[in-house]
Order: sequence, then structure tokens, then C-alpha cells
Amino acid sequence: MAELRTEEMVLNMGPQHPSTHGVLRVELVVDGEVVVDAIPHIGYLHRCFEKHAEVMSYQQIVPYCDRMDYLGSMNNDHAYVLGVEKLLNIQVPQRVEYIRVIMAEFQRIASHLVSIGTYGLDIGAFTPFLFCFRDREMILDLFEMTCGARLLYNYMWPGGLSHDLPPGFVEKARAFIKHFRPAIKELNELLSYNEIFVKRTANVGVLPADIAINYGASGPTLRGSGVKWDLRKCEPYSVYDKFDWDIVVGTGEMGTLGDCWDRYMVKVWEIEQSLRIIEQALDTLPEGDVQAAIPKRVRPPVGEVYVRSESPRGELAYYIVSDGSQKPYRVKGRAPSFSNLSLLPEISRGYLIADMIAIIGSVDITLGDVDR
Amino acid sequence: MHNFITYYIGAGFWGSLVSSIIPLVFILPFALVAIWLELKISAHMQDRVGPMRTGKWHGWAQPLADVTKLIQKEDIIPAAADKALYILAPALVFVGAYAAYAAIPFSPAYIGSNINLGIFYIVAVSALVVIGILMAGWSSNNKWSLLGAMRTAAQLVSYEIPSSLAILAVVMVAGSLNLNDICAAQSGWFWNWFVFGKFPFLFITFIIYFIASLAETNRSPFDIPEAESELVAGYHTEYSGMRFAFFYLAEYANMFVVAAVAAVLFFGGWNSPFGTFLSGPVWGVFWLIGKGMVLVFIQIWLRWTLPRFRVDQLMYLSWKILTPFALVNIFAVGLWVVLRG
Repeated sequence: MAELRTEEMVLNMGPQHPSTHGVLRVELVVDGEVVVDAIPHIGYLHRCFEKHAEVMSYQQIVPYCDRMDYLGSMNNDHAYVLGVEKLLNIQVPQRVEYIRVIMAEFQRIASHLVSIGTYGLDIGAFTPFLFCFRDREMILDLFEMTCGARLLYNYMWPGGLSHDLPPGFVEKARAFIKHFRPAIKELNELLSYNEIFVKRTANVGVLPADIAINYGASGPTLRGSGVKWDLRKCEPYSVYDKFDWDIVVGTGEMGTLGDCWDRYMVKVWEIEQSLRIIEQALDTLPEGDVQAAIPKRVRPPVGEVYVRSESPRGELAYYIVSDGSQKPYRVKGRAPSFSNLSLLPEISRGYLIADMIAIIGSVDITLGDVDR
Repeated sequence: MHNFITYYIGAGFWGSLVSSIIPLVFILPFALVAIWLELKISAHMQDRVGPMRTGKWHGWAQPLADVTKLIQKEDIIPAAADKALYILAPALVFVGAYAAYAAIPFSPAYIGSNINLGIFYIVAVSALVVIGILMAGWSSNNKWSLLGAMRTAAQLVSYEIPSSLAILAVVMVAGSLNLNDICAAQSGWFWNWFVFGKFPFLFITFIIYFIASLAETNRSPFDIPEAESELVAGYHTEYSGMRFAFFYLAEYANMFVVAAVAAVLFFGGWNSPFGTFLSGPVWGVFWLIGKGMVLVFIQIWLRWTLPRFRVDQLMYLSWKILTPFALVNIFAVGLWVVLRG
């Protein structure tokens, strides 16, 4: 029989594709259904955050930070305001930091719920997605009663918060936690330990720890490979050092260490850790003011600052340069999704197109965060 | 029923037309009811309420509204498509699903065509659907559609074999390929049903058939050819309007075909579960459709619970698990039939 002549096909996945989590375009070179190469193309959601920041006053940048990673607005703001406060060299009241941590952790849970739910959707399970969104709604309700917004909050300001916690917040937050713990168990039974789900995700997209570190991966993507690295613990900022919680890492219990299932499961386990932090913060929430005395027009002294924080997706950092005026000279955002996305070609070669979807979902990117 | 109609109208052109239109009269409302049920059942499984406004009562008119919308939509044929195949494909898919209804015994008195190769005929025409899907995928001139069509071909060779082997086991017990005879062999109380016969072999056979039939209807967890999150919409990515509706209709028509075949082969078909209670030609229709709907409900239930298999995992399941089990089953059932009758 004559040798069958086959050739590779270039397949354009995205920017309008249901499972690229936004407007990511991946150029796939496929041999049948086997992925030979995957080249991510980004920039479809570029909104010039960094350039905008140069013509805004320090307070006006906060809403732009909201829009970077639109699923983790609170975390973005948290890192930015910490940077500005460090630049100004001011101390905010303890209550402010506690509330910020509560909000950031709630935001982390909400973000992980989106990630977990849409991951189920990628694998073909529709129901867990709606269960996750049902619970996320409750967190958004908490945010709404605090600051009026459900997605982009503009809640954390340099020097404090826009509003104090409303009456009844603590009770409602506790009621949510009480409702939510069994919901995680249900999610695990429905999706995480589902035989088909495990088969689809275990041993797929294996990311060894050394490659993850070389590419600058962070967050659940890095921890899924078994690296115990979480800035909340390793370089504690805000008041994270006052709480008792653990860093969770992938275990490789279903397949190889660093596969899609590990990256997925780290997020599920992290939700529990975030709940622990929130419970402790609610218990020990100090009384006090929610706004430090800072001038209306912020003029930080000449200098520069680099703040790192752990966003739901990984290491989110801001590099802020001040020239002594009301506007920053430069604001650079170090986005976790960007570094994590760069891993994609490395971990997707040799898998099927169906696995490709599982891999993109497990790396958990937000295109707003990638492009800024 | 065929006799009944030909008695009044005559066996000529009009008689044949009327008796072949009757299944169509069933499929269209059935598809609408099934779509509505799917909307509502999935909604309640997911803590939602589903459509509530259209038609006042629990959104009963939602499928009608959907179909009206689809009819009104522009019929787009991509410029680079293979036009003839593109137009023919949805029709072929629907014909494959529709033709199978001819041999389904709705009641002892009404069977479209009481041929003695009934089940064989259904297996054969259902396979036509796959050709339509391949045509749709190829003619769209879209890489995603093509991948969906290729997956269908892979799926076809995988599920047809365990499914046919499962059917063969029942045929051996009943000693006939005629679906009416297979039903008649299970008359009496429900313990005469084949699903409980030759225990546990025919029960395992039923499980094998049911899993394979899920793959045949391209439903989750085997909705690989149209895997929405992977292939956008698979083979019908480029279709719109009424042509898309045909694929949609065929899917639901096919769902009922496999459910009805399972009901006939394993659950007594038109027999009442309680001996002579509510049995007879008219109640037969009720029992068959009722049993079919229960199985359709299970299909819907599974769809909204399980994630999707990967194409190679489906083939693994079919070739390395279902096929050997089906063969062992055939051997065991055959031995039982030979030794004990």
C-alpha cells in the first residue's frame, strides 16, 4: 500500500470560540485531532490600562484596576491601594485591613467559582456551572449591600474604603458560609470526583514544577504542580499573617502531579482555606474608622514602589513610579494570567483538541488580565 | 392500522400517504414536548425555573416560539459550501430518523409496516443519519464541522457493534426479528419482560444497549460530534434557520426511536405491565409512548448530570468494555436458550 499522504491543518481557535474564556485566539496546528503546536495570540481586549494610569490621579486609577481582572476586582484594588499607601507611607486603621482581607477572600471564592463552573462547562457538564453561579450570586449580594456594585466595585481607596460594612453584613456572611460548605461537598460529588471528569482531566496537560517556575507561573497553576508558594504566606502583606490557614498544593492523586485535575482541585481546596480566613477575620474584626486621614489631593514623594499580592490567578504586582505630582509617572501591572498563558504551548503539545479545551480552562486565564 | 386505513381509503397512493404521514404527525408534537420537557427538567435540576412566560402556563409555548423563530430566520448557505450536499444533509438526517418510525409497533394494531425484519430495518435506517451528518460536516467547508463529522464516523463504528450485539441477544430469546412478535413474547405481567428474563444476562444487555443508544443519538455524555465547548457546534456550525431546526428535530426524533426500541426489546413494548389491566390496542399506544418517555427522561437526566467523554475514551469504552461484555452475554444467553429453552 502506498504511503498515505497526510498534512497538518492550521485551525483557528477563537477569538469567538465558546471555550477560550473571552477573546483569546489560539492558532492550533493539528494533525488529525492531535495538537502539534498551539500559539496563543492576545491583545483583543487591550484597554491601555498603563497609559491611562499616567494621566489620572492616584485615586482615579482604582476603577481602572477594577477592570483588569474583572473576576477579581477586589484583589486588583487591594494590591494597588497597598502600593499607593506604601508610596505615601501612611498607615490605615486595622479595621480597614480586616475588611479588605474579607472582601479579597470573598472575591477569591467568587472568582474560583467562575473558574470551576466554566471548567465543568468546558468538559461538558452544564449543571455544576449553574450551581457555582448560584453561590457566586450570594457573594455578589454581599458586595452589593456593601458598596452597591456587583462586578466592578471601586471599594478600596488609597487610605481606606468607600463605605463601612453595612449593618447585618457579618450575619449574612456567616449565613453564606454555613450554606456554602455543603455546597462544595455537593460540587465535589457532582463534578470533581466524577469518573468521566477525572478521566478527562487527569494526566492531561501535565506541567512539571521546574517548567512552571521557569515560565513565571503563579497561583493555582503553580501550586497545582506541587510548589508551595503563596504570597499571602510567603511574603505576608496586609493582615494575612494574623490568620491560621494552609497553602494547598496539587497532590497528583488522580494521575500525574501537575495535571489539569490538580490545577482544578487546588482551586476547590483553596475555597475552603479562604472560608477559614474569612471566619477568623469576622470573629476578630476590630472597631474603628474606615478612612485614614489623607489629603484630598495625593502627592506622594518622588520614588518608586513594587507591591506583590496573591490574586485568585496568581502573583499580581504593581510597579508604581511617582515624580512627586498628582499623577503617577508610570504604573506597570504584572498580570498573573499573562505569565500563565505563556505556558500554553508548552503543556498542550501532543494532546487532542478536546484536551486543549481542558488545558486552557485549567490554566484559568482572564483575558482582561492578560491584555490589560 | 395500515389495514384499517387501506380498508377505508384503499391501498393505492392515498392510503400509503395517509399511513406514512401519521408518524410525522406524532414526531412533530413529540419533539416539541420533548424540547419543553428538556428545558423544564434541566432547569429544575439546576435550581432554576426555566421558561415561565411564553404561553402563560409554565412556558409551555416556548418550543413553538423557538420553531417560529427558526422558520423566520434567514437561510444562510456559506459561499464556499458544497451546495447540493449542504442542502441535502439535513433532509437525509431527518429521513433517517423518521423512517425508523415505520417499524415501531405503537400497538398490536398500529405498526407502520409490519415487516418481519423490523429491528434489522431500524438499525439499518438509523445508520443513515450518520451519512447525513458526514455530508453536513464535509459540505460546510468549515474545519470545525469537518472535525465534528470525523468524530461521528469514529463514533459510528464504535457504538454500532455493541448496540447490534445487544439487540441480537434479545432476538435469540424471542426467536424473531419482527417487533410485534418480540412484544407478544413478553405479554402478561411485567416479570415477563425481557429485561428480567434470563437474569441477569438480558439486564446487562439492556445496559449495553442503552449506553450505545446514547452514543447513537449524540447525547451527553457522548455528544462528541457536536461538543459545544470544543467544536463550537460540530457538524451543524454553519447551519441556520429551518435547516438547523431539522437537525434539532432529528435529534429528538432519534431520541424517541432508541427509547421506543429499548421499550419494545426489554420492557414489553405495548404490553401493559399488569397483565390484562388496561391492555388492548388503544392502551398499547399509551404504554409504549409512556415507557419510551420514561427512557427519554433518563436520557435527559444523564445529559444534565454527566460531563462529556473524549473521542478516544468513547472508542475505548465501546471496543474494550461494551463489545466483550456483549459477546459474553450473547454466548451466555445462547447457551441458556439452547439448554433450557
